[in-house]
Amino acid sequence: MPETWLLALMGGVLIGLASGGFYLLAGEIAGITGVVRRALSGPERGWRVAFLSGMIVAALIWLATADVAAATAGLEKLSLPVLITAGLLVGIGTDLGNGCTSGHGVCGLSRFSLRSLVAVAVFMAVAVLTVWLVRHGGLA
Amino acid sequence: MKIAIAFLAGLTFGFGLLVSGMSSPDKVLSFLDLAGAWDPSLAFVMGGAVLTATPLFLLAKRRAQPLVGAVYDDPERLTIDRKLLIGAVLFGLGWGLAGICPGPAVVDLILAPGKAAAFMIAMVAGITFSARLRKAEA
Repeated sequence: MPETWLLALMGGVLIGLASGGFYLLAGEIAGITGVVRRALSGPERGWRVAFLSGMIVAALIWLATADVAAATAGLEKLSLPVLITAGLLVGIGTDLGNGCTSGHGVCGLSRFSLRSLVAVAVFMAVAVLTVWLVRHGGLA
Repeated sequence: MKIAIAFLAGLTFGFGLLVSGMSSPDKVLSFLDLAGAWDPSLAFVMGGAVLTATPLFLLAKRRAQPLVGAVYDDPERLTIDRKLLIGAVLFGLGWGLAGICPGPAVVDLILAPGKAAAFMIAMVAGITFSARLRKAEA
C-alpha cells in the first residue's frame, strides 16, 4: 500500500487532469457546485448529468473492487443533525459564493482568479477555525 | 461528443476523490485540524490538482476556442463582493463541521447511501433556498 501522501498526490493529479482537461476540450469549468446546481435545473443540463454519472460510475467501480470503509472513514460517526446542518450550510454557502473546493479551489486557482483565491482563503480559514472549535474549544 | 467527454472527466474526477482520500470525512477533518494530530496529506491533493490543471488552463487560453463547442464558458462574476464572502464563510462552517464538500458528497452517495443521502438532501435544500433568495432579491 503506497504512502497516504502519494495516494493524495495521485488523486490530486487525476482531479487536475479532469478539471483542466475538461476546460481544454469542452470549455467548461468543472466546479461540482455549479454542476450539481445546473444539473437540477437550468439550460444545458446534458453534460452536467453526464459528468455526475461519470463520478457515480467511478464510485460504483470502487464499491465493487476497493475498500469502501477506508474511503468513507468518519462518515459513519456523523450524526443526523450534524449531517443536515452541514449539508444546509454547504448548499447555501456554495450557491451564494458560486463555488466550492473544486470550482474556486482547483479551477479558480489554476486560472489565477483573484476572486477564487479570496474565496479559498476565507473558506479554508473558517473550516480550520470550525474544526478547532469543535475538537478543542469545548463544542464537542 | 461533449457528453462523452463530460462522462470521462467525471469518471476521472470521481476516481481522483476516492484515491486521494477526499471522500473520507476523517481524512478531511484531520487535515483541517491544525491543533490536533495534523494529517497534511490532503495538501497534496490540492497541490497536485492545481499543478496539473494550471498548464492545461494556460494551454486552453492560447486557443481561440475549446476542441468541442464554440466558446469557453468562463464565470461571469469577477468582483469580490459581500455574497462571495458570506458564501465562503457559510461553506467553511459546513465543511469544517462534517468534513464533506460537494464532490465527495456525490461519490459517498454510492459508497454510504444512508449518511451521505442526508447530507445531499440538505445540501440540495440549501441550494434551492439560496437560489430562491437570490431570485427574490434580483
